[in-house]
Amino acid sequence: MSICELGLEVLATGPLALIQDLGRPGLASMGVGRSGAADRGSFRLGARLLGQSYDAAAVEVTLGGLAVRACGDVLLALTGAPAPATVNGTEVAHAASFLMRHGQTLRLAIPQAGLRTYLSVRGGVDVPAVLGSRATDVLSGLGPAPLKVGDVLPVGAPPRTFPNVELAPVRSMTAGPIVIRALLGPRADWLADPHLLAATPWTVSSRSDRVGIRLEGRALRRPEARLGQELPSEGVVRGSIQVPAGGEPVLFLADHPVTGGYPVVAVVRDADVDLAAQAVPGQALRIDLSFS
Amino acid sequence: MSRRLLTCGEHAVLVEVDGLEEVLALDDAVRAAVTGEDAAFADVVDVVPAARTLLVVVHEGADVLPVRKALSALPADRPTSADALRRGVPHVVEIPVHYDGPDLDEVSELTALAPHEVVAAHTQTPWRVAFAGFAPGFAYLAGGDSRLRVPRRSEPRTTVPAGSVGLAGEFSAVYPRASPGGWQLLGHTDATLWDVERQPPALLQPGSVVRFVDVGNNADTDTAHR
Repeated sequence: MSICELGLEVLATGPLALIQDLGRPGLASMGVGRSGAADRGSFRLGARLLGQSYDAAAVEVTLGGLAVRACGDVLLALTGAPAPATVNGTEVAHAASFLMRHGQTLRLAIPQAGLRTYLSVRGGVDVPAVLGSRATDVLSGLGPAPLKVGDVLPVGAPPRTFPNVELAPVRSMTAGPIVIRALLGPRADWLADPHLLAATPWTVSSRSDRVGIRLEGRALRRPEARLGQELPSEGVVRGSIQVPAGGEPVLFLADHPVTGGYPVVAVVRDADVDLAAQAVPGQALRIDLSFS
Repeated sequence: MSRRLLTCGEHAVLVEVDGLEEVLALDDAVRAAVTGEDAAFADVVDVVPAARTLLVVVHEGADVLPVRKALSALPADRPTSADALRRGVPHVVEIPVHYDGPDLDEVSELTALAPHEVVAAHTQTPWRVAFAGFAPGFAYLAGGDSRLRVPRRSEPRTTVPAGSVGLAGEFSAVYPRASPGGWQLLGHTDATLWDVERQPPALLQPGSVVRFVDVGNNADTDTAHR
């Protein structure tokens, strides 16, 4: 038996470590966005590797650097950006479940590709939920504060279900150019030439966060008839590619605002929003546009 | 009445209509269809009304086509008095305001009303919560005195304090917490617009009627709250 409550003591956070789950769907009428894991596919894989439901919260680690010490024995899994990881100096595998004993320390280095690593724990990170979710929404400020050194993350009771897989094959992440698929609309008529959205090589800006990725490249122009016009604010979805008056697109991620005041010219496919959420500043990105 | 259905990715449809009244009527109809267990709307997870549009979002993995088809045919008449009766008397919220905002003079110039006439116009006509957006608890209030229509500030402020009461276009609003913003600020309130510990967290609910009350610029009442 351990001498402490089951939990993870935070020894280092890296640039940003947040508690995330699948967010708060259905509250847009209160002005509350969904938030939740930026790369939902990787978050879900972590839950499956531990044989638990998607309700269990995990830690979303941006650019590695996290270190946690176990209070009690905990079953863990790392998914998303493959940050090299060790437990008391011994390497542990990515996208696989592993046991960490009481008193042992997990350390994540900086991933060579990808941005966000998910640390899932069997039982889930059991902080109090806000409006039905433990996700931190960096735009609205809802949910738990970012992790700080000295925090002890309580771990919930394990579920009655058991893991039935130890290791999952995952597509390797690249630091090279990525292609994300998008559907044109709803406001493609606010671009002088929508094809340029696909033809332009974009670079992920360092001014990107969980709200959205800014894309740098040759600015897109509005048609003559739209110059000086304003679009009344309207509802936006995750994956929306919004083009402000300046012409450099913003791709909305998990913490996007409920409504936006600039035209959304295309929307990225759900699976590819996960891919975009793993793009690091400086990474090359192209948009594969469907005109259907 | 025209209704344009715009593609918005794999899981949403943006419906564009002529104006706010049409949006609110369609919003009512869609919500009734969702709660009335209309099969075509079974996968709807979020409905987001705005000034000219209604965004209808379905679950990840769900097919948006049935909703899209149903939306093009859904009747959305203006609410009848019978509907209004069924929904009951609207909830009236009074918001005490100190009309000491930094843009009161600019609004006075833009509207050609004296500052005290701006305050009178803002307080004498009741507003109605049209929809929420922008931030948790941020309610767009419509139906006020039409002389108060002013454009947003050309340069948004990087920080607007919590409780600021502003105007933009056909709307008025109160900032629930400090955030960047471009609305013309008339004053501020000490009312708490958003509190996750409260049920419901938002002071202003869709359909609520809002009356602003001028409580003067008294600095003493101000400091008492700080």
